[in-house]
Amino acid sequence: MKAPSFAYARPRALAEALELLARHGEAARVLAGGQSLIPSLNMRLSAPALLVDINGLAELKGIKAGKDTIRIGALTTHTEIERSEAVRQHLPLLAEAVRHVAHPAIRNRGTIGGSLALADPAAEYPACVLALDATLVVTGGKGDRSVKAADFFKGLFETALRPGELLAAVEFRMPGKDERSAFFELARRHGDYAIVGLAAFAGNGTKRFAYFGAADRAVLAHNAAKAKDLDSAKTALAKDLRPPADLYHSSETKLHLARVLLERAWTRL
Amino acid sequence: MDQALDITLTVNGAQVTRRVAACTHLVDFLREELGLTGSHLGCEHGVCGACTVRVDGEIVRGCLMLAVQANGCKVETIEGLSDSGELAALQKAFHGRNALQCGFCTPGMLLAARDLLRQNPRPDREQIRAHISGNYCRCTGYQAIVDAIEDVVHGQG
Repeated sequence: MKAPSFAYARPRALAEALELLARHGEAARVLAGGQSLIPSLNMRLSAPALLVDINGLAELKGIKAGKDTIRIGALTTHTEIERSEAVRQHLPLLAEAVRHVAHPAIRNRGTIGGSLALADPAAEYPACVLALDATLVVTGGKGDRSVKAADFFKGLFETALRPGELLAAVEFRMPGKDERSAFFELARRHGDYAIVGLAAFAGNGTKRFAYFGAADRAVLAHNAAKAKDLDSAKTALAKDLRPPADLYHSSETKLHLARVLLERAWTRL
Repeated sequence: MDQALDITLTVNGAQVTRRVAACTHLVDFLREELGLTGSHLGCEHGVCGACTVRVDGEIVRGCLMLAVQANGCKVETIEGLSDSGELAALQKAFHGRNALQCGFCTPGMLLAARDLLRQNPRPDREQIRAHISGNYCRCTGYQAIVDAIEDVVHGQG
């Protein structure tokens, strides 16, 4: 199908983009990589009056490794993350995850900010930022604010972003020496959305298991993370997850698969 | 509200300037406006890969990029890459291995395969499969396509 008609603006400065979003409110949609928005336009699931294309905003691009944090601009593409030496070195979880994000032609345009702001429950990055306890930097007319990943995802395609705000970047702590991570995803075809997936972290005496494709959003399995051993963690997982069934997998199957991934992660961490 | 914008871009080496509706995606623009019908439109929502084109050196889904977003870009399609000879070895190998039947997926498949070989001249079968995983073929079952790309890797294409 063809997209419905819309107006298009490509602001050259962040202030101009925020002004457009403030002025047009819900009639405007932000166009980042467009790899989810344009399909939804083509299928007429979405019909905004105005697309605000933020691809001209250089300040939202790039990966900067500092002393204590590594900051990834919202417009950084999956391919840039995949090719980044800093990501490979400091964020191995993200380096593993990005290989599961769609396919090369889509990774060349899709962005980390777009994925996080869309908050698809079966997408990889929301689980990664939960597992790594990252901070999302949100910008708006009143300046920047920081939102912890655990407070960002509110529901099905719902986030803490308020009308008129943009996701500017995501910041990760530089990992300590004893920190480890593991990423697993089950999909019917490489690059498809997950049936169920897990981004796992261990370090500083804590574990975090962030699941995707297992709820209305990416979720931390708090009970499983507190368990002393694998068996009790697998049992506790039933308290953390009640996965919605999809076309091919019942809720029970998904919970079973989530336990399979928990075991793989537990063994590797 | 529909909006028309003027864009100037390079397509297969030639500069073109056109007025396009904001909602026109890149492949419709290439096919309808420029008559470059080698890039095929399959699913039109980013799943099938038949519309794969190269923009500024990287392959993209032509149906998931607006024509206005290609303003100032360098676009290469199956037509340009065939004429330049860049795909000749792959095309010969696809022919030799019967790696197509209806041919609908072939332009996208060739661009994805070429993209892989530019990044990694010695991929194994798994890497070949991973790189073309975003391109659907409903005729061949993929085996012959992987064989053809492997032939080029081994210099037999």
